[in-house]
Amino acid sequence: MDQLKKELKEALIQALNLEDITAEEIVDEDPLFGDGLGLDSIDALEIILILERNYGIRLTKPEESKEIFYSINTLADFIGKNRKK
Amino acid sequence: MNKYSVYIQSLASIYPQDEAVEGRFSACEPDYKEWIKDAGLRRRMSRIVKMGVTAALQCLQNISEKPEAIITATGLGCLADSEKFLQSIGSHHEELLSPTPFIQSTFNTIGGQIALLLGNKAYNTTYVHRAFSFESALIDGLMQLQAGDAGSLLVGSVDELTPTAYHILARMGVWRKFPAGEGASFFLLGNQKMERTIARIVAVDMVSGDFSQDQLAEKRLNFLQKNNASDAAVVSDDMFKPICGEYQTASSFGLWYACTQLNGAGFVLIANSFLHNHTMVLIEKFKG
Amino acid sequence: MSVAVTGIGCVSGLGCGAEEHLQAFRAGRSGLGEVTLFQTTLQLPVAEVKRSNEQLKNHLGLDPDRLFSRTALLGMVASRQAFQDAGFPNEGLRIGLISSSSVGGMDLSEQFYAEYAVNQRKGRLRMVAHHDIGDHTERIADYLHLEGFRTSVSTACSSSANAIMLGARMIEQGLLDAVLAGGVDALCRFTLNGFNSLMILDSAPCRPFDESRAGLNLGEGAGYLVLQSEKSLTPESKVYCRLTGYANANDAYHQTASSPDGEGAFLAMRHALDKAGIDPSSVDYINLHGTGTHNNDLSESTAIKRLFGEQVPPLSSTKSFTGHTLGAAAGLEAVFSVLVLSEGVIFPTLNFKSPIKQTGLIAVTEMMEDQDITTVLSNSFGFGGNNAALIFQQ
Repeated sequence: MDQLKKELKEALIQALNLEDITAEEIVDEDPLFGDGLGLDSIDALEIILILERNYGIRLTKPEESKEIFYSINTLADFIGKNRKK
Repeated sequence: MNKYSVYIQSLASIYPQDEAVEGRFSACEPDYKEWIKDAGLRRRMSRIVKMGVTAALQCLQNISEKPEAIITATGLGCLADSEKFLQSIGSHHEELLSPTPFIQSTFNTIGGQIALLLGNKAYNTTYVHRAFSFESALIDGLMQLQAGDAGSLLVGSVDELTPTAYHILARMGVWRKFPAGEGASFFLLGNQKMERTIARIVAVDMVSGDFSQDQLAEKRLNFLQKNNASDAAVVSDDMFKPICGEYQTASSFGLWYACTQLNGAGFVLIANSFLHNHTMVLIEKFKG
Repeated sequence: MSVAVTGIGCVSGLGCGAEEHLQAFRAGRSGLGEVTLFQTTLQLPVAEVKRSNEQLKNHLGLDPDRLFSRTALLGMVASRQAFQDAGFPNEGLRIGLISSSSVGGMDLSEQFYAEYAVNQRKGRLRMVAHHDIGDHTERIADYLHLEGFRTSVSTACSSSANAIMLGARMIEQGLLDAVLAGGVDALCRFTLNGFNSLMILDSAPCRPFDESRAGLNLGEGAGYLVLQSEKSLTPESKVYCRLTGYANANDAYHQTASSPDGEGAFLAMRHALDKAGIDPSSVDYINLHGTGTHNNDLSESTAIKRLFGEQVPPLSSTKSFTGHTLGAAAGLEAVFSVLVLSEGVIFPTLNFKSPIKQTGLIAVTEMMEDQDITTVLSNSFGFGGNNAALIFQQ
């Protein structure tokens, strides 16, 4: 699980171009959107691509992904349960 | 209809400051982090967006009034993002494409990002018409200020030179006269003369067609006579394009050049030609 | 000083010219179908203009061997209609051309790039020579022998509203006597894939302002108006209506998403009403931006509620017929707004069943005839927070 979280953080930093942030600085339970890491609806689309490209998970409705995308913890949990690769 | 005169209150340009290398000029870019402080907004910006937004912010530095319109111009827009997205369509076979380059490829990205950074909800538009782009933006701004619909507004332009654009336009022979260039220049215009006012914009003209040098010279003469400025100094593109290079909105650098690099006060005509587009901007400088 | 509308021209998935559009609206027939213009793996409904480039060239009397972007061809079709409709009996008018597009000649550029990306010496240059937004405007100017002022606007989905706005202002300030203004976009792989990557394309026909809406459908087309100064009108001039109000405001909220309170949309509508010097209660019909996306329709309906309170006039989204034609949308919808006034009709919204829960606005679902309409508001919003509103009056 920890390996998955680390992998996820690195994928986020790369895909979302979070230039001033390191993987260590992203706290597992902090919100990714809004006040936390400050991600927005465009980032949600990029995260959907990470899920499909890296883990074979297909999501089609960004607006229904809010709970899954809440934090690194919720995202890793969802990937752990649904990953196809 | 013209209740007011229009003045240049402030200006900024990001332009090439080194010699052209292999026929290409590159803009001398500042440290964008110092200007675009919001990392959340900066992280998605491509080079042209950072260049345009920063030139706008530099123009507004130490300015207290809020622009009542943001009018941008670009000849070819966000080429790097457009190409990135085109490439991804091919390489990813239309599947799982990243939306970010598509979003950033729109021509009004720079104007939109300036509005977002400044929290500015005023009139916002973008002109994209070859070497008429910047002058179209100027005309829009001039009309609003002359009628008194706005008291101060931001007008500017930006174009980037990408390796692909350089290469394709070289194949078309566009760089025969001047090396390829790029840059961003922004102007804060207002309708009240102030202590810091740099110049008055007297008139703007755009003509299309295939004209001889003599025909163009005659058009310039007529334009100056019509505006009672026959004694105007002329800044032609032969003077400023060896510095900024050739690009669709190079005339905005020409205006910056005339305002900042030319000695003496009085009328100055900035004359530009690019393919079939010929433009003239007449200013009256107040400061040497 | 007011601005008269004396000519209209339109082409879209519904057909060519005002008459074919009116027929489609009356029949409740949308222009949606499969993609046929280019190769794609995406199976999404789109509203294509049902004529090939060859047919368009033939229709325009152009040399079949000469290369034009589809954008330029569609632009020529609609702008010629508007130009001929206005007639221009009097010589010597200063006529300007202000066009707009979101991607210009991308339909050709993307074909060029597919070859160029493999080998940089490949790709026919004349395929990419039409890439820039200004190209289609220059082609229209050549075609109609317009030698005066011309420029192009590109502000994504609100482009042609901003083109019309500049035209109106130039007439009001006496810089031009008449302006041909509007916009055009041809469907291409670039935009289809772009909107698909945003996950806002509905795989079913779009349902603007409906609670169950799930995205937009793309379309293509062109819409142009001829605007004229009062001074330039002759006794023979046919005046459809007047463009009395216009405004543009930036949402300054997010690069793509509209603000929850619809601030930019609210300001654009508010300022357009101020410019026309009328109250919200004067508006008889709103032609919505109404794309069918979750975000736009909620934001737009919130802004409308803020401005109109409980007295919301009849409203509909013609995008349920034409699809979202992007840079052409505001031009086409300006033409539709003019038709609403001249024909005394209100166009329906297709596929509307239940209102959005938060705002409860009910869209018109049947063609309404014999209406007494004096004032129409047309909304157009775009990426980059670019919101525009136009007001047409009898």
